[in-house]
Amino acid sequence: MTNTAEKQSISEKLISTLELEKNGLDANESRRALQKEALESFLKQGLPHRKNEEYKYSPVSNLFKSDLVAATAQSGPGLKKSDIAELRIPGLDSHLITVVNGFVSEELSDYNPAGKSVQIFHTLGTVKNTPVLFDKHFGQFASPASDPFIALNTLAFKDAVFIQIPENAVVEKPIVILNITNATQACLASPRCLIHVGKNASVQIIELYVALSQNDQVVSNSVSEIILEQGAKALFYKIQDNCPKLNLFTTTQASQESDSHFDTHTVTLSGSWIRNNLNIVLNGEHCETHLNGLFLLNENQHVDNHTLVDHSKPNCESNQLYKGILDDKSSGVFNGKIFVRRDAQKTNAYQSSKNMLLSDDASINAKPQLEIYADDVKCSHGSSTGQIDEEALFYLRARGISPEGAKSLLMLAFTQDVVNTIRIDALRKHAEGLIEKRLSK
Amino acid sequence: MLSIKNLRAGIEDKEILKGFNLEVKAGEVHAIMGPNGSGKSTLASVLAGREDYAVTEGKVVFNKKDLFELSPEDRAREGLFLAFQYPVEIPGVSNINFLKTAIAEIRKYQGLPPMEAKDFLKLVKEKQALVELQVTLANRSVNEGFSGGEKKRNEIFQMAVLEPCLAILDETDSGLDIDALSIVANGVNKLRSANRSFIVITHYQRLLEYIVPDFVHVMYDGKIVKSGPKELALELEAKGYDWIKKELGATIEA
Repeated sequence: MTNTAEKQSISEKLISTLELEKNGLDANESRRALQKEALESFLKQGLPHRKNEEYKYSPVSNLFKSDLVAATAQSGPGLKKSDIAELRIPGLDSHLITVVNGFVSEELSDYNPAGKSVQIFHTLGTVKNTPVLFDKHFGQFASPASDPFIALNTLAFKDAVFIQIPENAVVEKPIVILNITNATQACLASPRCLIHVGKNASVQIIELYVALSQNDQVVSNSVSEIILEQGAKALFYKIQDNCPKLNLFTTTQASQESDSHFDTHTVTLSGSWIRNNLNIVLNGEHCETHLNGLFLLNENQHVDNHTLVDHSKPNCESNQLYKGILDDKSSGVFNGKIFVRRDAQKTNAYQSSKNMLLSDDASINAKPQLEIYADDVKCSHGSSTGQIDEEALFYLRARGISPEGAKSLLMLAFTQDVVNTIRIDALRKHAEGLIEKRLSK
Repeated sequence: MLSIKNLRAGIEDKEILKGFNLEVKAGEVHAIMGPNGSGKSTLASVLAGREDYAVTEGKVVFNKKDLFELSPEDRAREGLFLAFQYPVEIPGVSNINFLKTAIAEIRKYQGLPPMEAKDFLKLVKEKQALVELQVTLANRSVNEGFSGGEKKRNEIFQMAVLEPCLAILDETDSGLDIDALSIVANGVNKLRSANRSFIVITHYQRLLEYIVPDFVHVMYDGKIVKSGPKELALELEAKGYDWIKKELGATIEA
């Protein structure tokens, strides 16, 4: 009884501190209606409490202790173009969408809104000119009723990014969404984006999460929806580096039509408390989806990766590989769900979670969940948690390599199979550099 | 080069080396033969610095330094090389990268300037040819997917690149057929020099036809019980280890 009362008051309190009407409700009627529904859904669900299975190892109450106001573009100091230039990926020529505390900054971005192979649009201030596809798909797969944080983002977002790739278009340059949080006060930022990849089109998207302030009471709750039409191909990279004090929720909701291909990498090297929800629905036959994750944690970091692959049609293949190295008092969670529906015959679904614990206080909770209702399928899951291979360590030392050098080599080797599959060369090189630097500390 | 005096060492409560003595001078090749359980591999492990073994007595001087004062990596940097009996596979660490790192650390320790990348590649190519290690194997991860023979050849390749002054070959011939044995032995022979010593630990005399030793020692029950020139190996082959046991039996039971 007390729990229910408690959880309602934390979420009700949050709604009141967010002062949704203060910064103006959405000017667009249908978005406003969606936000009203999301508000009702959020209040009904409330923030998850300890007994909620999905958040069991990642209790959220501490994050919402302070009074969180709604973040605005001015919640932190103004940024200059030179600040942004430093945050870009070296050697990578890309389109750039800069989002500050959940608001797109056109001056700090570098994209052509009406390009031939890609159109980029953001909703703030618009009333009626929202592209048709946006209205059609917005919130279609990221349903507020399915998760309180989707509900929370949907009710609180102020500026949504829409990226549209027309049929058959091949976007040559990757699109970087630079999600900066630089708020200096306790607040909640709600970045939101929708990516629609038309039939047979192809795109590469990189979401960079950066936090520039020292305030540890800032929460960013982002939702990205990606729709892949028939034959579409998307490479999607989520890089969480250089965001030391950030408390972050990210939900990536992808839906794939037949013959589409989706490759995603989530690399977490920084952050204070991070929960990544990655949900993929395979809506058509002959889809392929690869989910890769790497997290290197130390000090008191906590990272929770929840994945869900829903095989609802036959002849699809999914592959999950998540690896973590945890040191000091850090904690990690991996929960990988695979649903294979009754008609999803000839499904191939694989999942592997491998972790290395470097200290007595580091911990990982890894839980595979497979629900298989079809009978002609190939599914497997594996999880292993261990320490550095002592035999290998001695071998390297016996050749003159110091114990620290040997450990770094071995940890680097451990990360190889996740990093090697990053297909954008400049990004892979950059990630390798960040990882090497992190592991030789 | 190496002086081992009255070495006693064991694992947990079991003493395996029971007063081992050996003197090795520069340029010499010493073979150590013995039956299973005589302590041959323990000797190699203790000299390389494996921490599971405890040294209870004795002194080992290598290159004028007290070996037991040195960590495993410092022993390697001083010029000690152990060719493992069962080389471990290390997926994700490339052969080349690993050797590059090892050379860099060894040179730093020895006060030498770092090796240029192009000189390193030249060195690697040269040594690959020397030990007949295929180029493709050199680019792979350390020992990953290598056959037994390839692993042993990889040990000799590393030895060629690192140029140690004392190389200990721990049953390098185990698991090898005649062809593989001949290639490995060829590699070792090409590395013989006045400045380099070898301790060849083996169970069978066969290897010693290819790598001809200056001295043969027979090890039994944790120490050397008989030493002689290379002919001793042939005598051992003909008479078997029982002959040694019988010879000793007279002394032990007395």
